[in-house]
Amino acid sequence: MDFSFSEEQTLLRDSLAAWLADNYDFDKRRAAIAAPEGWRPSAWKALAEDLGILGASFAEELGGLGGGSTEVMVVAEELGKALVVEPYLATVVIAGGYLRRSQSPTAHELVGKIIDGSARFAYAWAEPQARYCLHDIATTATKQGSGFVLNGAKSVVAGAPFATHLVVTARTGGGRRDRDGVSVFVVDKGAKGVVARDYPTVDGGRASEISFEHVALGAEALIAPEGAALPVVEAVTDEAIAALCAEACGVLRRLHEGTLDYTRQRKQFGASIASFQVLQHRMVDMFMALEQAVSMTYMANIKLAAEPSERSRSISAAKVQIGRACRFVGQNAIQLHGGMGMTEEMAIGHYFKRATMIEAEFGSTDHHLARYESLSFEKAA
Amino acid sequence: MDLDFAPEDVAFREQARAFIAENYPAALRERQKSEDALTKDDYFSWHRILAAKGWSTPSWPVEWGGTGWTATQKYIWSEEQARADTLAILPFGVSMLAPVLWTFGTEEQKQRFLPDIRDGKAWWCQGYSEPGAGSDLASLKTRAERITADDGKEYYLVNGQKTWTTLAQFADWGFFLVRTDPNVKPQAGISFLLIDMQSPGVTVRPIITLEGGHEVNDVFLDNVKVPVENRVFHENQGWTCAKALLAHERSGIAGVARSKRGLERLRQVSLTERADDSGPLLGDPFFRRKVADLEIDLTALEYTELRTLAGESSGKGPGPESSILKIKGTEIQQRLTELALEAAGHYGAPYLRGLPHNFGPVGPDAAHGVAGVYFNTRKTSIYGGSNEIQRNIIAKMVLGL
Repeated sequence: MDFSFSEEQTLLRDSLAAWLADNYDFDKRRAAIAAPEGWRPSAWKALAEDLGILGASFAEELGGLGGGSTEVMVVAEELGKALVVEPYLATVVIAGGYLRRSQSPTAHELVGKIIDGSARFAYAWAEPQARYCLHDIATTATKQGSGFVLNGAKSVVAGAPFATHLVVTARTGGGRRDRDGVSVFVVDKGAKGVVARDYPTVDGGRASEISFEHVALGAEALIAPEGAALPVVEAVTDEAIAALCAEACGVLRRLHEGTLDYTRQRKQFGASIASFQVLQHRMVDMFMALEQAVSMTYMANIKLAAEPSERSRSISAAKVQIGRACRFVGQNAIQLHGGMGMTEEMAIGHYFKRATMIEAEFGSTDHHLARYESLSFEKAA
Repeated sequence: MDLDFAPEDVAFREQARAFIAENYPAALRERQKSEDALTKDDYFSWHRILAAKGWSTPSWPVEWGGTGWTATQKYIWSEEQARADTLAILPFGVSMLAPVLWTFGTEEQKQRFLPDIRDGKAWWCQGYSEPGAGSDLASLKTRAERITADDGKEYYLVNGQKTWTTLAQFADWGFFLVRTDPNVKPQAGISFLLIDMQSPGVTVRPIITLEGGHEVNDVFLDNVKVPVENRVFHENQGWTCAKALLAHERSGIAGVARSKRGLERLRQVSLTERADDSGPLLGDPFFRRKVADLEIDLTALEYTELRTLAGESSGKGPGPESSILKIKGTEIQQRLTELALEAAGHYGAPYLRGLPHNFGPVGPDAAHGVAGVYFNTRKTSIYGGSNEIQRNIIAKMVLGL
């Protein structure tokens, strides 16, 4: 049994942390998200070229550094600590997750572009009617010649305004909620018929409502088994959730540390408020929630290699624990900062907002509790 | 012991409902729905309509413009307003300062200030908290020194900073706690001053809160001259006024009627929002149970408030038990915003403030702005004495620990 990190993984963490400290502090981030573009191409370039972060988790034969999900976990946690808005998760974990599984040369070329920083992805999966159900898909891809024609609408596509490409789930067969008939495509963001309405999100990011109006796709756009992609969708989503949990750990650490620092400095009734027992107990509870979240994130990372039902059950368990921690630690970080926690100018509120959004991403706490129940008990009953 | 409404109460409900339906400005309703910040006139418009009817200050003594309603009628009135989603009457003048004035003010102060508060002519803000004095309010440092000016009159010269001053950007007047004697124990050296916000030396600076709104402000006081006759009650005895006011602030804070309305809206929303199985969200056993749970908690609070109201109408003022209303009331308000955000699913994420008006809707209407409301509502367990402080008050004053 070993929960330690290799020398290379530690180096990866340290070099990324150092770079973020110098180049991605709160004020720099604030300026970047307020600017019209909402992200910094220079930061992305540095992640790709100076730090080699984007290739860290890809196999060497794909041009990567030979790492895997542990490298993703290390990177995502550091990105969480700095509230990085650039699309690491959608590009490396999600698009990368589909593309590395695909056998097509086009897909492998795209992995090269991810690693060198020239391709950025957004994941267009959610639909207005579907809530968190992965296979409730009304978007259709109809065969035409050797390729497909894509029609439909996707909601709240995170990071889409920054993206060069979209990964899109669509139906090549079956009814709207069938498990069969699901396919996955890569779509050039600039393709004819891709219509995006871009807007900011409450956590400092950007997203889009995207509609596809007769978008013509070549055969090479298909990046998962035609009509039978749901198992791949589930696997990649689980990997995304594991990375999201790691990001959450970074956010939670900052919320907890920030609260300890603030309550030590803040004096009321002639004492540091950190000396009041009721607040000490609260901070201990926050600490326990954080540690439990970290433990579940490690567990999730390990279980990514398990067989699908065990994997999904474990990922849901982690997401439940992380969702609860995000809410408890986030709310209490604000509470213990008092009025200061409510201000836009203090970093703590921005961590709270990100933590809140993580709760709902790729399924809420309730959604994953239900999925855990069904995977754990339905077979037994 | 009963909770039956007498026939005259039923008639009163009809009357109240009809009055709102006939008189609530349609333009204001539109403004409430828009992303734009409300203006001072927006805030005052409904207040002034009620004032013309004589209904802007139901809880006041009749001689100053109270309606003389029974506790039941006041309860019905707050329910009807919540039911119609009217813009709430701002508490600063009507429910916070006014009781201090009629309890501790001079006849002249009452004559001078109460009518304008009642009629929605003067906007008041509350100058209590300071950067170094939040939960420990009595440690406030804003200094007021008595001087005789060149005109031969006596003034307080006020210097210091107040913070979290809600809607001070619109204020004509503010009631301030200031230190008039720094050499005694903290509570004993405080006075309660009424300050004209247009006085030279008053500067209001916005504080933007995490959801992006401008609701609170810093207020800087730099050699502000305040006539001595603007002090309420005795010099150095302002803490007595402050405590009385905080008890009123706490009882108004429960917001039961508004929360009941919020729950009703949540039920409606969860009938149209979809669950993972594509059925209505209210059919989702997890979500449904949370709504039920909250409804039960709110019912308990409602009956606790009714008990408090019954006590008040029998002549007892709001006591330390009003801390219960503050804690439970704000917890329920916060829980409502959590569930509304959960109901919104993905559509909780868009931040649409500041987008062009023609951008068009994103997601269902019910999801619109719910994250901002959730973030903003975190303030409720902080303001008016944080919920930790309220528990201290209950431990000390109610349980005698």
